[in-house]
Amino acid sequence: MTLPPAKMPGYFEGETMTRRMLFTGGALAAGGIATAAIALPAIGFAIGPVFKEEKFAWQDVGAPSDFGANYLPRTITLVAGVGEAGKTTAYIRRGDPQLGEKADEFIAISTRCAHLGCPVRWVTPAQRFVCPCHGGVYDYQGRVTGGPPPRPLDRFETRVQNGLVQLGPRYSVNSQLKRFSPRDPGEHIDGLWQYLYPKRFTTPPPS
Amino acid sequence: MAIKIPKPPVPGRKRKPPPPGENFVKDGRVSVKEQAAEAGASVVGWVDERTSASGFLRGFLFRKVPKGTNWFYTLGSATMFAFLSQAVTGIFLAMYYDPSPTKAYDSVQHINNDVWLGSLVRGMHHWGASVMIVLIFLHMGRVFFFGAYKYPRELNWLVGVVLLVLTLAMGFTGYLLPFDQRSFWATVVGVNINGTGPFIGPYLADFLRGGPEFGATTLSRFYAIHMLLIPVLIAALIGVHLYLVTKLGTTAPPWLKAKLPEPLEKEKV
Repeated sequence: MTLPPAKMPGYFEGETMTRRMLFTGGALAAGGIATAAIALPAIGFAIGPVFKEEKFAWQDVGAPSDFGANYLPRTITLVAGVGEAGKTTAYIRRGDPQLGEKADEFIAISTRCAHLGCPVRWVTPAQRFVCPCHGGVYDYQGRVTGGPPPRPLDRFETRVQNGLVQLGPRYSVNSQLKRFSPRDPGEHIDGLWQYLYPKRFTTPPPS
Repeated sequence: MAIKIPKPPVPGRKRKPPPPGENFVKDGRVSVKEQAAEAGASVVGWVDERTSASGFLRGFLFRKVPKGTNWFYTLGSATMFAFLSQAVTGIFLAMYYDPSPTKAYDSVQHINNDVWLGSLVRGMHHWGASVMIVLIFLHMGRVFFFGAYKYPRELNWLVGVVLLVLTLAMGFTGYLLPFDQRSFWATVVGVNINGTGPFIGPYLADFLRGGPEFGATTLSRFYAIHMLLIPVLIAALIGVHLYLVTKLGTTAPPWLKAKLPEPLEKEKV
């Protein structure tokens, strides 16, 4: 003999949802909504900077007559209000027509090593940029001539305004010195690699 | 020839214990001395009556361990105590530390040079970090080489791996906080290594820095992750880890053969 199925209080013929199921679902839904109401704004707050484009102010670095064929270091501020940590150095020179550059443009090479971001320095006797951390070496135009870096040194936009040379946003270049949106160090940029490291929301596109 | 036999240690005269209750009550009242003597037991009893904690604690602290349990089995506890030491010293360091990019270095120098016992507490935190990482790897090695990760303890192995990753993340985020040249550039390199992951790497690096460049919020972001987010996760997961250890028991060392039950022993012969 089998017992008839147990009927909960409030059971009626043809019901599709018991009272217990309704209240269980309701409690879960209320808890889920309350959790989401706390968690979503907090997570959005934490990851918000990933989607915000940083504005970069143009900065004066000197008169055009200051710069010749040899690199001159100039310190610029990338992030204001954080002291030394927000500053970086750029090496600036005049364009060289023999290298396919315009004579009236200025080339500003970022000292951020394309390997993992240590600061490179220009070594005049060797005519090379040399990185102290892992031995990256770059030539006069910032192209890799030795060590682990995956791409040439980044550059800054330059312009002449009110009789002064100004540095603008950073951009990256591939091994043919073609412009790309600024990438972080360590990211390849040639060929298919550029799709492996997509453009970020925080940086402006190259002009 | 007389053999001198030492006198056996005979207990002294047995004192008859007073009948229950008799020594407590004098003139119808419990003496203060007796009350004081019983204070500890009565407080424990009061708490235990309301929590039943003694049953849990007995099972937790006096659980059976297999034959052959040795000093290698203490590495997990050692790691946990290293974590507790980091937590305590970290809380006190936070009382003097200032996570702003312009003041962080000076506040660490202040802790080291001016605060009483500051260099000791900072030294404990500094060296304790390395000690914890060494211990957690030794513990993991013990579990691996003793085969203690096998059924039914796979889940505890997984929890332990998450704890290992979180501990390394503690090391990474904490390394920036002294904010000297070494910690700054090491963090720049570390964040850029994160950035080399395909597809999500660039966004992960932006998340860690709080923007495209090492900026005003990077240090405070690392500080918050280091002192709030990860410690809470580690503490919670240590709880899960210990619960599973207690629930499943520990393993015997692999060089001990399991003793078969009596009927099976006979069958084998």
